[in-house]
Amino acid sequence: MEPRKIEVPVMANLFARGEKPEYLFWVGCAGAFDDRYKKVVRAFAKILSHLNVSYAVLGKEETCTGDPARRAGNEMLYQMQALQVIEIFKMYEVNKIITICPHCFNIFKNEYPDLDGKYEVISYLQFLNKYIEEGKLKLDSGLFKNVTITYHDPCYLGRANNIYSEPRSILKKLTAGFVEMDRNKSFALCCGAGGAQMFKEAEKGDKEVFIKRTEDALKTSAEIIATACPFCMTMLTDGLKYKNREEEIKNLDIAELIAQSLEL
Amino acid sequence: MIPTLIFILVLLLAVGLFYFKVRTISQEIKLGKPIEINDNKLRRWKLMAKVAIGQSKMVTRPVAAIMHIFVYVGFVIVNIEMLEILIDGIFGTHRFFSFTGGLYPVLISSFEIFGIAVMLGCIVFLSRRNIIRVKRFWSSEMKLWPRSDANIILITELFLMSAILIMNASDGILQMRHNFHYAAVGSFLLSGLIQPLFSGLSDGTLVSLERFCWWFHIVGVLAFLNYIPYSKHFHVFLSFLNVYYSKLDPQGKMAHMPSITKEIKMMLSGNVKYNAAGGDEDIGQFGSRDCRDFTWKVLMDAYTCTECGRCTSSCPANLTGKKLSPRKIVMDMRDRLEYIGKNVRKHGIEFTDDKSLLDVVTAEELWACTTCNACATECPVTIDPVAMIIEMRRYMVMEKAAAPAELNAIFSNIENNGAPWQYSNEDRLLWAKDLEVNIH
Repeated sequence: MEPRKIEVPVMANLFARGEKPEYLFWVGCAGAFDDRYKKVVRAFAKILSHLNVSYAVLGKEETCTGDPARRAGNEMLYQMQALQVIEIFKMYEVNKIITICPHCFNIFKNEYPDLDGKYEVISYLQFLNKYIEEGKLKLDSGLFKNVTITYHDPCYLGRANNIYSEPRSILKKLTAGFVEMDRNKSFALCCGAGGAQMFKEAEKGDKEVFIKRTEDALKTSAEIIATACPFCMTMLTDGLKYKNREEEIKNLDIAELIAQSLEL
Repeated sequence: MIPTLIFILVLLLAVGLFYFKVRTISQEIKLGKPIEINDNKLRRWKLMAKVAIGQSKMVTRPVAAIMHIFVYVGFVIVNIEMLEILIDGIFGTHRFFSFTGGLYPVLISSFEIFGIAVMLGCIVFLSRRNIIRVKRFWSSEMKLWPRSDANIILITELFLMSAILIMNASDGILQMRHNFHYAAVGSFLLSGLIQPLFSGLSDGTLVSLERFCWWFHIVGVLAFLNYIPYSKHFHVFLSFLNVYYSKLDPQGKMAHMPSITKEIKMMLSGNVKYNAAGGDEDIGQFGSRDCRDFTWKVLMDAYTCTECGRCTSSCPANLTGKKLSPRKIVMDMRDRLEYIGKNVRKHGIEFTDDKSLLDVVTAEELWACTTCNACATECPVTIDPVAMIIEMRRYMVMEKAAAPAELNAIFSNIENNGAPWQYSNEDRLLWAKDLEVNIH
């Protein structure tokens, strides 16, 4: 086992050399700027290199998809962003996009086509699961074999796009101790961050949504809460802190679990 | 002769009134903006078969689902008996279907079984609402009329079903006494069990009782028919249409706004004159402020709502004590539409008042939504409350610039930095610094 430096391929550089990657890996704003979530992106990039995937990121040319603006009712700003992103995609002849953020996934897959931005959009969970099913990615280290793990469905993968089986199939390969929360799959409770709630104070109520969802997760007695969305991660990590359980219970993204189990 | 005439008169009156009310509702729904939904016909029929006829979304709550199946199937089956009642009423016959001979008591007995199932369902539903007090039937929008409405429906159904049973029981006794008006058509399974209650009555009293129940049932059904369109019970008709016309896209997809695309393209081309000169149709208002700003499909949603509250009971905002209740928004939409409809009929299509839906649906409710789609997922008749909320948010933001301050901040961050946070795009690759992977 020896460490090798990864140069994350950037689309503009590849094009300058006359190369064209198979996939665009869309990092998303949280991946670029949120310190906790940067680690998730790093983990996923390690897996991509481990698998020798032909991909590139946009780097400085990436911008917001417009999702939070759209969900907050600012259609004008959303479409301005979207048209800008579609132009960039056109420039780099993008047709396959891997996303890690479910919000970016949903908007590319379901909403950009209305603006003539039509691509094959793949969630990293679908991508990873496919490699696992095809036997190209082997999860056999057993690091998490006896660890109980629960999974919080992000609304924009779950209810929004019916992606329920891939995360579960991956997690069940990592651990024999996968546990469901009472509310799961299409019944999963939102973490409280969707629809641009992430960026504002919640309305007056008797509890924060993220605390309620953290309680759901704690009830399973899982040692790891697996998430698959940057906002869910912020919310549930905050929830664990609020409950003073962040020392004993970890909130990790599925990409991190895979990277760790493969000792990447 | 006279009963026949009265019967025909009552029937015509009831059907006529029902027709006019349904036409009124249809006109009110058509006050919404036009939207063409005639794609994927086969898929839509299948969806309707599964969700509306097959009740597929009910099953997530098993007790309510089973009881609802009892009431739903029971009511449909029992209404076959209505056909006989209609024939008897119009032609002055008695138990017309008895020509089926040995089959007849089987037929009537099975109607009775379904009738009992309906009654069981109604009793369970009444106790869930009034004794167990299931939380979703006691939230703030479920006061006065909505609460009484549900009870009126259930109690009426109980009365209607009891009338059939008592009618059959008296009929059965009269048959056994060889009353010449009551030809022996066989004994009925369940009403037979309650015959001892009435066996002490004289022939004359029994005939009156049987006739009273017959009239009570038919007049009751016709009255109930006319009550339905004024009630949440209208879902018994509209749910089929509403499911047929529901969104087939993934739930995460929001409705596109081509008017904005047009506006942006106009701005980018610098051709502002294009619109001002009136060369093109008016782009109009962005988002929705009042019922008529929504599409007819959204308004149909509002009329289909059965106020079951599954949406609200799964809404993360509502579960954590926030004011938002998707059901309330749907009910507000319907109530406001009824009001507008009434005034449009009185004052013409130009009618406006100084109020709007946004006077009843507050900003606090609208901004509490996480767009998680739990409400839309739950709805047994595929109502989409998120679409309503987003349309109103669009109006608030694009027409009124009335977004919460924090959201205005992310708008300007997105516009200026290309991210909801205030970071420079130059830093977008910092995550990739000093990245190493272990080679095995």
